[in-house]
Amino acid sequence: MSSSPTNVAHQFDDAVQQRAASTLGMWVFLVTEMMMFGGLFAAYVLYRSMYAEGFAEASNHLDAMVGAMNTLVLLGSSLTMALAVRSAQLGARAGTVAGLLATIVLGCVFLGVKAYEYGHKFEEHLVPGPFFIFAGSQAKPAELFFSLYFAMTGLHALHMVIGVAVLGTLTWMAARNRFSADYHTPVEIGGLYWHFVDIVWIYLFPLLYLLGRH
Amino acid sequence: MSHATSPHSTALATLILVFLALVGLTGLTVWVAYFDLGAWSTPVALFIATSKALLVVVIFMEMRFGQPITWLAAVSGLLFVALLIGLTMADVVSRGWLGVPGR
Repeated sequence: MSSSPTNVAHQFDDAVQQRAASTLGMWVFLVTEMMMFGGLFAAYVLYRSMYAEGFAEASNHLDAMVGAMNTLVLLGSSLTMALAVRSAQLGARAGTVAGLLATIVLGCVFLGVKAYEYGHKFEEHLVPGPFFIFAGSQAKPAELFFSLYFAMTGLHALHMVIGVAVLGTLTWMAARNRFSADYHTPVEIGGLYWHFVDIVWIYLFPLLYLLGRH
Repeated sequence: MSHATSPHSTALATLILVFLALVGLTGLTVWVAYFDLGAWSTPVALFIATSKALLVVVIFMEMRFGQPITWLAAVSGLLFVALLIGLTMADVVSRGWLGVPGR
């Protein structure tokens, strides 16, 4: 099957140009995503520079080992995503579906662990607001830290939920034989999104969980 | 021409090696966090995180096959974030430098 004309929209010369345009478009979207998360990272840098001690103390109330295990789960999901893309490029439908399903499962495990962590924070009165309790002189900076913790990990988790929905759609399309070695751009584009969300967590993990360990 | 739309695909062994490297770097960043590196702890953590991010971008996101204009878009994102954080901090840090009448 040569690159079938039905897969190339009429504004493109050929499949190569179409794929390059899709990739570029996705990266431009990811730049806007970098800016959205960038605003929260800027707030984090600013307040951490002002309240370094309080941030380190508050960070120790997060479980670094749970965070590290969840990091490994997410890295594993990036591997299965890359394997799904590879299978799609080789035109292997079963491999694509299996890779996407594994990615969805690992993504859901990550979200489950996140929900468990959030639950613990409620029990420990570490959720900012009227019920926030933090012993010592660093209560206000610690509340600021946990505001940023919930905003950053919450926005990240929202991206994961959207990612799971995207991957579900891609799995359904792959199972219905919509992709081939000649046309599988949606799987690649979905992969770019998933890997981006992984990279955000790669930065969130040390910045939130590992501040005051020494 | 099945190679036309996807000029390259990454070898299985490469993907698994990258994953193992990412796992190793995660272990490393946790391990070094338990040492008191003083002012160096954050630069070290960010260096390890950026190494991991580069592995994901270059191999998993296939940027090593990426066109120059795609690289330009990606790097522009870093530039915008650097401007956002840099100018914010430049304002905060320099607030006390000049005496403001009436304050």
